Amino acid sequence: MYKRFILLLPLLLFLGAAYGADSATHEFKLNNGLKIIVREDHRAPVVVSQVWYKVGSSYEYSGITGISHVLEHMMFQGTRKFGPNEASRIISENGGRENAFTGRDYTAYYQQLEKSRLPVSFMIESDRMRNLLLKEKEFEKELKVVMEERRLRTEDDPESRTYEEFNGVAFQNSAYRNPVIGWMDDLENLTLNDLKDWYRRWYAPNNATLVVVGDVDAREVHKLAQSHFGPLKPGKLVSPKPRREAEQNGVRRVTVKAPAELPYLIMGYPAPVLNSLKPEDRWEAYALEVLSAVFSGGGSARLPKRLVREQQIAANASAGYNLYARAPDLFLFDGTPAQGRGSMELEQALRAEIKRAQDEPVGTEELARIKAQVVANRVYERDSVFGQAMQIGMLETVGLGWRVMDEYLDRINAVTAEQVQQVARKYLIDDRLTVAVLEPLPMDPDKRRASAGKGGHDVR
Amino acid sequence: MCAKYGLLAALVFVASIAQAGPAIQHWQTQNGARVYFVPAPELPMVDVRVVFDAGSARDADKNGLAALTGAMLAEGVKTATGELNADEIAERFASLGAQFGAGADRDSASVSLRSLAEARLLQPALDLMAEVLRAPAFPAAAFERERNRMLVGLRQQEQSPGAIAGKNFYKALYADHPYAGEPGGTEQSVGRLTREDIAAFHGRYYVARNAVVAIVGALNRAQAEALAEQVAGLLPSGERAPALPAVAPQAAQTIRIPHPSTQTHILMGQTGMSRDDPDYFPLLVGNHILGGNGLVSRISNEIREKRGLSYSAYSYFAPMRVAGPYTLGLQTRNDKADEALQVLLDTLSNFVAQGPTAKELKAAKQNITGGFALRLDSNSKLLDHLALIAFYDLPLDYLDTYTQRVEQVTLAQIKDAFQRRIKPEQRVTVIVGGGAQP
Repeated sequence: MYKRFILLLPLLLFLGAAYGADSATHEFKLNNGLKIIVREDHRAPVVVSQVWYKVGSSYEYSGITGISHVLEHMMFQGTRKFGPNEASRIISENGGRENAFTGRDYTAYYQQLEKSRLPVSFMIESDRMRNLLLKEKEFEKELKVVMEERRLRTEDDPESRTYEEFNGVAFQNSAYRNPVIGWMDDLENLTLNDLKDWYRRWYAPNNATLVVVGDVDAREVHKLAQSHFGPLKPGKLVSPKPRREAEQNGVRRVTVKAPAELPYLIMGYPAPVLNSLKPEDRWEAYALEVLSAVFSGGGSARLPKRLVREQQIAANASAGYNLYARAPDLFLFDGTPAQGRGSMELEQALRAEIKRAQDEPVGTEELARIKAQVVANRVYERDSVFGQAMQIGMLETVGLGWRVMDEYLDRINAVTAEQVQQVARKYLIDDRLTVAVLEPLPMDPDKRRASAGKGGHDVR
Repeated sequence: MCAKYGLLAALVFVASIAQAGPAIQHWQTQNGARVYFVPAPELPMVDVRVVFDAGSARDADKNGLAALTGAMLAEGVKTATGELNADEIAERFASLGAQFGAGADRDSASVSLRSLAEARLLQPALDLMAEVLRAPAFPAAAFERERNRMLVGLRQQEQSPGAIAGKNFYKALYADHPYAGEPGGTEQSVGRLTREDIAAFHGRYYVARNAVVAIVGALNRAQAEALAEQVAGLLPSGERAPALPAVAPQAAQTIRIPHPSTQTHILMGQTGMSRDDPDYFPLLVGNHILGGNGLVSRISNEIREKRGLSYSAYSYFAPMRVAGPYTLGLQTRNDKADEALQVLLDTLSNFVAQGPTAKELKAAKQNITGGFALRLDSNSKLLDHLALIAFYDLPLDYLDTYTQRVEQVTLAQIKDAFQRRIKPEQRVTVIVGGGAQP
């Protein structure tokens, strides 16, 4: 529906993401480098088709932040073959739904269709992979749309603004410091030429993965893809710089003052991900995954149980970790204090939970519960063809490969209580902590002026 | 991620369905709950949802009651065989790999369970669900805590111009009607709720004759029958909730609410249609063209594609038990609010005066009917539709006849329905933002 939305928080989206090894997944590669992955799922006469590009906000650098997402919007604004918005109309008339999304590590486009309409998707995606027009008039208008999107999601949402500033401080050199939607000033100074360069640089078959899941025959899909995408020329790709973080030595603190009703707290510690670990150390990422479930994997986890129900310090509190990021990431906590409690109390309570995870191994039953949920999730996630395609596309695009999801269950099952304790001790270190706090200003502008004046006097 | 996205997707999807649907089996439990079942043998899992006519429309003068009752169900149970607290309930569901959820909107309160089909996991999960429905203990300490969390949630919504606009839109549209209140209540009304209120609400409305049970999963008929008895068969029979009053139209008004946001949120509309409205299909298909089909619709084309005024501009009917709202909405930077509102008004007026073109109607029908299969392509989507058919007493062939009824809609019917139903003298406009004057 609302196409061109962005994926913001990478928190628990892919927790428990896995699916049994099966022979119904097929992999092909065209001569121009386009990778094609087809998973047959014959439960309903539908198909989802997604094209994933290896580009996103973490490929960007200062001055052009948000460019990947703006380009994603422009991908609907016309080629030589289709006018602005025309491809969307064609998909709609074929009973289809479509959208696109940009994240830190990827940009992807998709259609959901009745199975016989798959050629419509390939016709449109193969065309705009190489033939986007990028015209001034559409760019001016679409940039305004993106700025409205930024106002909607970030400027007018105090928690979003806190998260944005948090990232800017927790990451110093890593490109994860930049917001996916881009800084407003960069958006204001973006040019059509910037976009043309960005498009030429990343939009090519050898930088893309085509994922098709549904009631299809893999060989037929391969043939169809060959006829549509086969003629496209590959591009010359230059890998992005690694931009590794220097080691952090001391707590970093950010305060965001904004009109708001409630305080809000975010805490993060640098953490490795599968991509950044040597094969023999990859267990650490799975142990961090379990650790995150210990904190907030459902209603029985420690943060809802202890901070929300027992101590009643938090109205909400959760932990998050994404083992599938392209580059080293953060192990995150966030929360809203309960009525009459402050963000300082919440921070202390979260740090006490962290200490407990470092001091004592996770209980046997607790660990068994987490694993039981992972086992069940492997079945539940097969209910959605779209979700399956998301998993495959994302894993391919960050460079891990879709087969990693087949290892998930075994790797999680192999995690021991001692390993969970070990990663908690190794990575949740005081001197590597970044804390951001939203400090509410009154919502009413008159009261705000009054309290700012008063506050000034009090300090003196 | 983005609430507006989820909300609209759900509404549009509920509003349009079609072709040959699944074979729905239907019966009653011995105590009078109506059961709807679709077998889905492909995956070893089971979804069950019990829906009560116990939404916030039943709050009476205690707004927030339905929502707090739903939130309190899994906070403790007390049965002849023993007691469980919130931790134990959550731990038991988790250890079985089951997913449990409860919630309330204006029309209904729903309790859902997703479990693996394996009996040693499914059976205890169902037993626990049944106890949560039948014998919640509503512990006093948990009550205080959950009520406080609701109050925190209400304050959080005050940060969001979109949430403020939505609340005030309903309030203005429904005045004294039970739909006027928010399911989440107000700080004042929630502050006054008591544990006794909740126990009484549960006793009155969480009864078999006021419930429907929707089941989708790897079960045969006999297993589904046993499941329905297991989950709902021990509820008291009770009585169905009485019919809701009809909605009285309100006079036109414009409400401006200042908010320190960079954007102004605009909601405009009037009361719309019920689930059994005789104009249902002409209004549905007509609105699909006007503002219900994402970026391909007229409103989005005028506001976003032509002028870049908003990220999302849309219109939708929310069909409910009695007339739900007809809403047109957008958000734009404060200094563009007047311009955007004018374009929105012009687009609506023009559509009402002229109706759609033949080309637009054909394209809309192709979209709705051609995408029918997508609406039923997972167990969770099947369950959503099944629960909808069950709760609103729609015919069992509702999905089978849907595309046909969409195909039958004519240009004249759409024009006629919009001209009869869209009334400027009943139009409510809510404008929230920094551009708004007090």
